[in-house]
Amino acid sequence: MHALANPARFLRIARPATIWLLAVGLALALLGISAGLTLTPPDYLQGETVRILYVHVPSAWLGMGGWLGIAAASISQLVWRHPLAAVAGRAVAPAGATFAAICLLTGSIWGRPTWGTWWEWDGRLTSMLILFFLYLGYVALASAERERGGEGRIAAIYGLVGAVNLPIIHYSVLWWRTLHQGQSISVTGGSSIDNAILWPLPLTMIGFSFLFGAAVLMRMRAELAEAKVEARMRRLGA
Amino acid sequence: MNPWPFVAAAYTVAISLTVGLLAWSYISMRSAEAAADSLRRK
Repeated sequence: MHALANPARFLRIARPATIWLLAVGLALALLGISAGLTLTPPDYLQGETVRILYVHVPSAWLGMGGWLGIAAASISQLVWRHPLAAVAGRAVAPAGATFAAICLLTGSIWGRPTWGTWWEWDGRLTSMLILFFLYLGYVALASAERERGGEGRIAAIYGLVGAVNLPIIHYSVLWWRTLHQGQSISVTGGSSIDNAILWPLPLTMIGFSFLFGAAVLMRMRAELAEAKVEARMRRLGA
Repeated sequence: MNPWPFVAAAYTVAISLTVGLLAWSYISMRSAEAAADSLRRK
């Protein structure tokens, strides 16, 4: 991480990485979506609506993963004063908010034919909605702090406090057994979904993760270029 | 209930928001880097 503390060194890596993440991410996401829509069988209970899984699960993972990234950037800023940590936090927030919104919307669309309702104040749904609002708060706070010339410490503290919501989202299906189904996919413990339906999911998971990474790198590059312009303008004005 | 309109709506939302995010990130990066380059040349 500290090897990337120099913005020039970071940009040397970020420029080619952006293109690769975009290209591979697009290819994998399109492959996974095509396979999920055409090559997998319908579920015996949910029928064709199970296909929403291939966009809903990656968006949930990235909505939560994005805030984990903000929390890591916050620690890096508060503890080590990493010069790119605040930039990284501000770059992750819009991408995380977008995927949290996709998760909420696709979940709601899935819920109507499956549960008979667009929305329920269930533990998982409510905690995910809170995450989306936390993202909006972070975007507003971080940009206000930047405009005032702050170092982003208040946004970093907010990012750390907001991370408390992540275990609540994760364990909500165990703590409040209401509408949302329990955990059906685990990194360590296998899956309760049949492989005939499950196999395109890793493709969309990796594909959308790469696209998320590309969006974050592009936002970081934009922020660094804007900072360069501001510094030059200050020097010219002085 | 026909499930396909729900599947189509979910994919439309996911793809359009992802493409929107990528397009906004790309445009803001290109314009910021172009501004920085033109200022350096001056």
